[in-house]
Formats: sequence, structure tokens, C-alpha cells
Amino acid sequence: MSPELFQQIIFYVFATFTVGSAMAVVSVKNTIYSALFLVLCFFNTAVLWLLIEAEFLAITLVLVYVGAVMVLFLFVVMMLDVKQAKASQLKQSYTKAALLIAAAMLVELLMLFGYKLSGQIPTNELIRQEQGYSNVAEVGMELFTKYVYPFEIAAVILLVAIVAAIMLTMRKRPGNKQMDASKQININPSERIRVVSMKAEKGQGEDS
Amino acid sequence: MSLQHYLIVSSMLFVISMAGIFVNRRNVLVVLMSIELMLLAVNTNLIAFSKYLDDVQGQVFVFFILTVAAAEAAIGLAILVVLFRNKKTLEVKEINELEG
Repeated sequence: MSPELFQQIIFYVFATFTVGSAMAVVSVKNTIYSALFLVLCFFNTAVLWLLIEAEFLAITLVLVYVGAVMVLFLFVVMMLDVKQAKASQLKQSYTKAALLIAAAMLVELLMLFGYKLSGQIPTNELIRQEQGYSNVAEVGMELFTKYVYPFEIAAVILLVAIVAAIMLTMRKRPGNKQMDASKQININPSERIRVVSMKAEKGQGEDS
Repeated sequence: MSLQHYLIVSSMLFVISMAGIFVNRRNVLVVLMSIELMLLAVNTNLIAFSKYLDDVQGQVFVFFILTVAAAEAAIGLAILVVLFRNKKTLEVKEINELEG
């Protein structure tokens, strides 16, 4: 088997899996299943990216998306206890119109890539790099020289996202016994204790 | 495989996720997942062009898209959690307070 044929077989198999699992994501009833199908879709797309030698981004996709974002999705899906949709509810929605629009758009896009732009899209085969080539090094060089400023901005965006997510989901529970330091410091003695003058009395348990 | 193969796969992904947003009348979570799929299709496009034109800038751009998409997913899910706490539902039909 020639390497080209092998690559083509791999491409078609994983492309089929990608498209199939994407269809499953939008059509499966249970939300947890659709999240898991999305994970499968990400894995297959990572393989497709590996095939054209974008190794760094393929690994990043698996680490960031499957490792962090989809775990967050699954966490939220399981935490929120979403009711399953009934079949009747699905039927009355805009399924037909949506499928029609999607099919029309797909045909348009395929026409565009197949005929209209056929002269402008590069038709060459992929330039395979030699053996010692490192995709990570190439992307890293570009990232830390030309794009170092956007890189810092991306870090700030992530920080903002962290702060926003925590602020949105944090809430005070009603029965919380948390202490408030400023209230504790700003208290006056007169608000705390009241001195009442009264006659001395003989205690019950004491000897006279 | 040529560039066309990758373009076709990513356009199919894009169209599927767009149909998913239209079809979906259940909950907002699946809509968010469809948006993630859309971003994946766009990223595939960018990487394919970057590789076949032999220009690494496209991959740097995909890196930034991944970063921003992760932030977007985190904030979106936080908003969903708050929404669910207030309204006890995630169905698209029920969330129509602003409709009047």
C-alpha cells in the first residue's frame, strides 16, 4: 500500500467520523450524549489536523477542548439536571425549514469550492516537511516574535474570563455564618453592651 | 488529498452546526455546542489554508481563536448556570422575558 493511498484512507475514515459525530451532536436527544459526541468530533478533527502536519494545534485541541472545555460542558450538563425533550416537542419545531436552509447553503458552498473558485484555490499537494522539522518551533517562533503583543492580550482575556465566570456563579447562601471584617472593626462599644444599674442580689448557689 | 477535501469537510461541519442551531428548540446547551462546532469548522479551514499555502500565520490565528473560544465557553456556561438558578429551565422557548 502506497503512503498516499494510506493517507487518503485515513482522511476519508476520520472525515466520515467527524461529520457523523457532528450530526449526532445536533440530533441526539440526550444532552450528555451530544456532549460526548462532541468530544468524539474533536478527536477526529485532531487526527485530520495531524494529517496535514499541524501537530501543535492538534495536541492543543485535544488538551484544551477535550481536556478543559468539554469537561466543563459535561460538568454543567450533569449539574443542571436538564429535562429530556419529548418527541412531539421536536416535531413542531422548524426542522424542515432548517434542513432546507442548511442543504441550500451546503450546495452553495460546494459549488463555490468546486466550480467558481476552482481557478483561485491552490490545487497543489501538501508540501511535506523534511524529517527534523518541528511544527511547534515554527509556530512558537511566529508567536513569540511577531505576535507577542496579541499573545499577552490573550492572556489578559483568559484572566478576565476567569474573573467573570467566578463572579457570575458566586452567590451568598442564606444561612451563611461568614464573618465581615469591616463590620467587626466598625462596631461601637455602646451598640454591643448596655450597662444596667440594679440592686445586688444574693446568688442562689452561694453561701451567705 | 488536496485543499478542496479539507474545505468540503469543514463546510459540511459548518452547515451541520448551523442547522443544529435552527433545529434546536430544546436547551441552550446544545446551541452552545453547535457554536463550538462552528468554530471547529472555521479552525479547520484556517489550518488547511495555512498548510497548503505554506504560511504559518494561519496557525497562529487558530491558536488565538482557541484561546478566545475557551474563554467564551467558560463565560457562556457561567451565564447558563445563573440563568438556570433564576428560571429553573434551559429551554429556548421558555426564555422569552424580553419579548414583552
